[in-house]
Amino acid sequence: MAENETLNFHFDVDGNDFTSAGEASVKVKKLMRQLGFSPELTRRVSIAMYEGEINMVIHANGGTADVYVDEDCLRVVLADEGPGIADVETAMQEGYSTAPDNIRALGFGAGMGLPNMKNYSDEMSIDSVVGKGTTIELKFKVS
Amino acid sequence: MELSQVAEILEAKVLTGSEHLDKEAHSACGSDMMSDVLAFVKDQGILLTGLVNSQVIRTTLMMDMGCVVFVRGKTPTEEMIELAENIGTVLMTTQLTMYESCGRLYLAGLGR
Repeated sequence: MAENETLNFHFDVDGNDFTSAGEASVKVKKLMRQLGFSPELTRRVSIAMYEGEINMVIHANGGTADVYVDEDCLRVVLADEGPGIADVETAMQEGYSTAPDNIRALGFGAGMGLPNMKNYSDEMSIDSVVGKGTTIELKFKVS
Repeated sequence: MELSQVAEILEAKVLTGSEHLDKEAHSACGSDMMSDVLAFVKDQGILLTGLVNSQVIRTTLMMDMGCVVFVRGKTPTEEMIELAENIGTVLMTTQLTMYESCGRLYLAGLGR
């Protein structure tokens, strides 16, 4: 890779189909393995991104996921045009969830998505406007 | 414990991934809540679950778990089996309940 060159992988996350949610994360996991990232980092990135993808499908009717690979940092940017998060602090609490019951029956909506994304990443920022959408950036240091 | 032993102990039918039955697992996790699996699992190689949807397979891939056991006779869909085949995950199904499945594996030394 040439110096300062950033690799970008773009994915559209379909909001209409819960069954296919997570396909982008599966692809990223494969890509990271091919690019030779450590299994530990690959696992952290793919779990955090998977949680983000699931969130976008549950709450925001889908969105986009972009992965940027720099020399020392890997960034995942998840953007949607959903309802936004009114109270980010509350949403970050473990166990807090606004997911409907049908989502719980599918095995999600335990209120662990956002806390998990924070735990598995090195840095996380949430930019959310009610009625406009949410953009979450996850940063991972590449050692 | 080899996955072939897991199948034997649980009297389970292997649905896909029989070429990986010689792989070792050191612990397991029983849950129907994928959110919890993503939050709390660490280095457990096997997921026992009564949940049947594609996210079960993707969750185990994310967690680097190589085997899913469906309890209470649950059977995954063709789509799930195909997904598991593509990523090399072993799928099996047992008639036993979650409680008895976990109990048998624990007694046999898995995760102890």
